[in-house]
Amino acid sequence: MFPPIPNPSVASDAATPRFGEKDILRRSASEVTPPAQRLTEVAKLIDVSKCIGCKACQAACLEWNNLTEEIGFNHGVYTNPMDLTPDTFTLMRFTEWVNPETENLEWLIRKDGCMHCEDPGCLKACPAPGAIVQYSNGIVDFQHDNCIGCGYCIKGCPFNIPRISKVDHTAYKCTLCSDRVAVGQGPACQKACPTQAIVFGTKDEMKDWAELRITDLKSRGFANAGLYDPPGVGGTHVMYVLHHADTPSIYAGLPDNPRISPLVDAWKGVTKYVGLAVMGFAAAAGFLHYVVAGPNKVSEEDEENAERLADGTPPPAPPAGLQEGRTP
Amino acid sequence: MSAGNLKSRHQQPTPDDVEPGDSVRPGHPVQVSRYTVAARINHWVTALSLILLALSGMALFTPSLFFLTGLFGGGQWTRALHPWIGVVLFFSFAGLFLRFWKANLPAREDGTWLARISDVLRGREERLPEIGKYNAGQKFVFWGMSGLIIVLIASGIAMWDQYFYAFTSIEQKRVAVLVHAVAAVCIICVWIIHVYAAIWVKGTIGAMTRGKVTGGWAWRHHRKWLRELVGTRPGKRPPTPAE
Ligand code: HEM
Ligand code: SF4
Ligand code: SF4
Repeated sequence: MFPPIPNPSVASDAATPRFGEKDILRRSASEVTPPAQRLTEVAKLIDVSKCIGCKACQAACLEWNNLTEEIGFNHGVYTNPMDLTPDTFTLMRFTEWVNPETENLEWLIRKDGCMHCEDPGCLKACPAPGAIVQYSNGIVDFQHDNCIGCGYCIKGCPFNIPRISKVDHTAYKCTLCSDRVAVGQGPACQKACPTQAIVFGTKDEMKDWAELRITDLKSRGFANAGLYDPPGVGGTHVMYVLHHADTPSIYAGLPDNPRISPLVDAWKGVTKYVGLAVMGFAAAAGFLHYVVAGPNKVSEEDEENAERLADGTPPPAPPAGLQEGRTP
Repeated sequence: MSAGNLKSRHQQPTPDDVEPGDSVRPGHPVQVSRYTVAARINHWVTALSLILLALSGMALFTPSLFFLTGLFGGGQWTRALHPWIGVVLFFSFAGLFLRFWKANLPAREDGTWLARISDVLRGREERLPEIGKYNAGQKFVFWGMSGLIIVLIASGIAMWDQYFYAFTSIEQKRVAVLVHAVAAVCIICVWIIHVYAAIWVKGTIGAMTRGKVTGGWAWRHHRKWLRELVGTRPGKRPPTPAE
């Protein structure tokens, strides 16, 4: 058993947050000087093989974050609601999968939610300064006061996580309970989990613990058991132990090789620089042309010719070889 | 209108580039009506929406211009208003399109005009063919705007999450946002060309403010159009062709 995080102290200074503004590693649409010292990276480890699908975590998340999900419909499956919503930051996704090797039906249950990427696509895409921040302990958090509700984070995220609220038009997702972690607690979901399928600690601790779990699983015949800490996004601060780590996508579409989409890279990279340069060039070219060529003015002669034309006195004929108009 | 007028008007079909309301009034200088009041209002509504779209869009395009959201009442307002201004632009431009498309059809002299683009840029108009209501540059602006606005509204709707989130996949939204940003850069460049041309060619802006240009302006820049107008002036015999 992984040593549980002790209950909070009742001492008066225990509620002072242990990280904040000064620990911001990345801030959306802003340049920040990274803090001189990085906090110990934290991580949540979700052991899919231990999960019994009780949804205690899902309920604890609603409870801690004071959210109420709309009453929905029974779609004949255990997954409920059917997708993440602005009020459902974490969702148990249930998959019935037939293992082609054993012909056994396996019930795969994955707790979906923000992965707290080391290289967060949401933050990269966000146009609003400070609407998304990443603390040096790895937590990616949305700051609702700065969010403009554009939904760019949805396009940036490789895991399809953020959702825009129809109520306050800002983006919501799992905060990794940054408020609890700041005072030395683990996330609410982890606290509620009855089987220790969810554990929380430093990233190194979590990797070590995962190693033990994987060895155990392998000894029980799950040859492909492994840790999901995808390198395409620089690793994540929410990791999974999967019994079939060779095919993450069988777990309700967990991306096999997540990375920030090249489209997002192009949009947020070359398009910005080239775009601004091209527009600047067009304006500068106009200015230079005016300076060099001078204004294009109508002459007295032009006016006289027009007057003669309007009066019916024939004005000069067009120069030879230039009369090509599509006259009817 | 007298029967005689009607008859002379019907003697030859109106050329493509002569639009309703285009006419010549002799005098000193000659006055040429180029745009009706309705066309001018239509133009300025379009212009205003395009500028507001460029400002609100650029605010989201790059963090260094995010302060522009202040013009629209903050980030949330900018995000919410931009697409609606886009809808205004779309319908307003559709009005301009219906008015101007015929006069912007390609004509034979466009090729020569383009081939002599260096004379155009040097302002050596005497070396250019006679041009109808629009030259090839103006036609480029017209068709460029038309195409880009279609691209912008289509991609804009795909990224308008407030109402159309469910209609596209995330991958399609990523394509849309990239296409939208590139098309926005293009349309802003076309707009710079358009505005610069109006400033550079003196006497042009009056066409869209008072609706009129001088005869000399029309003679210098759109002589073929001027000849057609003189020819179609009610009650006046068209002058003999100049060949
Ligand atoms: C024609 C209808 C248009 C629609 C429906 C539309 C819609 C949108 C939407 C939904 C967004 C995302 C932000 C938001 O929700 O406000 C956006 C962004 C943007 N729009 Fe438009 N738009 C239109 C036209 C234009 C035009 C004409 C321009 C340029 C002059 C433009 C420039 C931009 C730019 C630069 C962005 C930011 C893109 C980025 O972040 O890279 N849009 N537009
Ligand atoms: S909706 Fe997402 S991308 Fe847009 S401002 Fe809010 S957090 Fe940033
Ligand atoms: S999973 Fe998505 S929302 Fe969470 S940090 Fe990564 S990119 Fe951002």
